[in-house]
Amino acid sequence: MNAFPASHVIVSGLFAVFAVLTVAGALLAALSVRIIRSVCGLALCSVGLAGLYYFLHSPFLALMEILVYVGAVCVTIVFAIMLAEPEESPRDEGRPTTLWWGGGALLVSAALCGSLSWLGLQPSWSAPVTRATDGSVRAIGVALLSTYSLAFELISLLLLVAILGALVIARSGRTRT
Amino acid sequence: MTAPNLYEQPQIYLILAALLFAAGLYGLLWRRTLIGMLIAGELIFSAAMLNFMTFNRFLAPDPAVGQVFVLFIMGLAAAEVAVALSIIIAVYRNYQSIKSKEVSRLNG
Repeated sequence: MNAFPASHVIVSGLFAVFAVLTVAGALLAALSVRIIRSVCGLALCSVGLAGLYYFLHSPFLALMEILVYVGAVCVTIVFAIMLAEPEESPRDEGRPTTLWWGGGALLVSAALCGSLSWLGLQPSWSAPVTRATDGSVRAIGVALLSTYSLAFELISLLLLVAILGALVIARSGRTRT
Repeated sequence: MTAPNLYEQPQIYLILAALLFAAGLYGLLWRRTLIGMLIAGELIFSAAMLNFMTFNRFLAPDPAVGQVFVLFIMGLAAAEVAVALSIIIAVYRNYQSIKSKEVSRLNG
């Protein structure tokens, strides 16, 4: 199986790179002061997530993650930043309410992160005995067009309504009077 | 019997998803502009998708179901971003600001 001697090391290194990219992108998106940097953090995080999806045996969703998040969502947010104001004004530091609010946010997120990690580390996950399908792109296509065809149609309708709604909302006030 | 690879364990993915969720929650509470809060919400969506993919890979009897579900989440997230950004732009036209503190006309 191992035609290349160092393949195990290379694959583990790639996994570490994608995991670090995901976490670093998330931290950059959540913590940076400028919004444009946090959009770049979101893009980095999406690239790392795409790599993780590849390790989770679904290259189709890795490509979709790149396509939708990096290609569509981040670019749309960049456009919105250009249309609105790009800077977040500096927070008035030292006020007790600011400190309390920041400390509370840190406490809540750290507690949730710790408890979710603790739940994940419980040694109770057991693999299923049999697999119904192999999870390939063909299986996804068959499932989308047979079992989940109603949901598929509904989500296309939802996307249509969202596009029309976005156009209508963003258009109001543009007409010159 | 060698030790199993790290990327063949569900725990590492669950911890990564918990970190993503925590970062998104912290951003949602701490950011003061609407676009920053939207980005933090996207991080929370990503954490949910990573969790779904992990359980789909390691625990589900049919590995296609979780991928279909994550595809639907992606579609919902894209629709949410489109509508939220147009709302933000409309707010910016009316208030000349996207700070969440200043959008308080309905505040009692």
